[in-house]
Amino acid sequence: MTIGVDHDKRVSDGLGHSSSGRLERVLRAGQFAVTAELAPPDSANPEEVYARARVFDGYVDAMNATDGSGANCHMSSVAMCALLSRRGYETVMQVSCRDRNRIAIQGDVLGGAALGINNILCLTGDGVQVGDHPQAKPVFDLDSMSLLETVAGLRDKQVFASGRALSDPPRVFLGAAENPFVPPHGFRPHRLAKKIAAGAQFIQTQYCFDLSRFRAFMDQSRDLGLLDKCFILPGVGPLASARTAEWMRRHVPGVHIPDAIIRRLEGARDQRVEGRNICIELIQQLREIEGVSGVHVMAHRQEAYVADIIEKSGVLGDRAPWSPSCNKALEKQHA
Amino acid sequence: MYSLRLWAARHARVFELTYRAFEPVVVKLHPLWKSVGYRRAEKPMGKLERLCKGLLFDCQMCGQCALSATGMSCSMNCPKTMRNGPCGGVLQNGNCEVYPEKRCVWVEAWEGSRKMRGGDAIRVVQLPVDHRLKGSSSWLRVARDASESGERHREAAR
Ligand code: SF4
Repeated sequence: MTIGVDHDKRVSDGLGHSSSGRLERVLRAGQFAVTAELAPPDSANPEEVYARARVFDGYVDAMNATDGSGANCHMSSVAMCALLSRRGYETVMQVSCRDRNRIAIQGDVLGGAALGINNILCLTGDGVQVGDHPQAKPVFDLDSMSLLETVAGLRDKQVFASGRALSDPPRVFLGAAENPFVPPHGFRPHRLAKKIAAGAQFIQTQYCFDLSRFRAFMDQSRDLGLLDKCFILPGVGPLASARTAEWMRRHVPGVHIPDAIIRRLEGARDQRVEGRNICIELIQQLREIEGVSGVHVMAHRQEAYVADIIEKSGVLGDRAPWSPSCNKALEKQHA
Repeated sequence: MYSLRLWAARHARVFELTYRAFEPVVVKLHPLWKSVGYRRAEKPMGKLERLCKGLLFDCQMCGQCALSATGMSCSMNCPKTMRNGPCGGVLQNGNCEVYPEKRCVWVEAWEGSRKMRGGDAIRVVQLPVDHRLKGSSSWLRVARDASESGERHREAAR
């Protein structure tokens, strides 16, 4: 069994890596990567963050700490990532344009990188109307594209968006989101091309329940020559029941669930188990698609099942992603 | 006006041609703008621009018009003011996640761009909005930029 690479070993630029993170290393080594979404607590207690992370130990290469996802207020992404990286975890800091302008965001990116965050996912963000503070002022000073360009500028040109120079750039691996499952379908692959041009190195997609749509998107992306320019991790997740699925596709912007999936859940004896089986099958089928470098698991309120889903899908083979126990094992060896 | 805005994006080709004919005229008038003073021309031109484009495109006068790169659908009408394409929340029927009764500005933009000869400009990454320019005339800016860069070229050639 291969043990995940240890956290502090810096990767030389000679390898063409832009961060010193494990996620970038796993992807560039051609291994099938698994990332998972970590729900932030409504609390100021760091132990809650660690408890939420622990359920993924040994099964994921990085955890995405969401940034007020669904426009609901929670602990901030930068703080969650900073707490987790203290313990050696690999995190993806999500940055959305909804709540902060370019001055605040650039400051957070520098601060996040200084605190040990290796990956940044640039998002536009959900509208405030869907969240728990619909009275709030939506900022949207940048959009996901100009955010990518701005962070790439900090890293590669070592300047702020204003042109003012930095002394030390943030060494981060840059990600973006894409949703191949909503209109305008013809534009989606071109939008991916724009994101790559703006600096995206990896892509995590919205939930994929519609394989044929996803295949069409990947075919078009291949024709545009995009598949070897970025790592694509389609989003997956277990559906708790036909009712939740129905609710999600009605109320969560951007989630597309075909009728066939809902019917299959309805017909199952245990809908929860069936939801997980569907997820496992999707992961296995997605792995076979050209250009898919991993999966991004979003198991809202079903985080406890993620390890089992990954295990059963078999996508990790005999690889065990880093977990705090790897460090303990190493310490013992050296003692 | 919302219905006019939809109609304009559906006839993006016509407006593309109109603007192509119009732009050189505004640029040619550079001596006039210069003698009146760009500052003083700003008010009447801004008003005129707001009137025409407001009516046709629901123009929000961002002062850095990108209509030719957005299929003649003004992206400042997107509640997230997306300048580079649709967000991930577009509804299956092509409507907006924030205003479900309205078309997504970028669905219109993509369809409009397919009708334009220069529609591929939609693939170019747009810079973030410069909020200082809000309310000012894009036409005058185009005229000034074009003539100034022309003057620089001529000087360099000398
Ligand atoms: S659905 Fe379209 S118009 Fe609405 S916020 Fe998203 S991109 Fe803007």
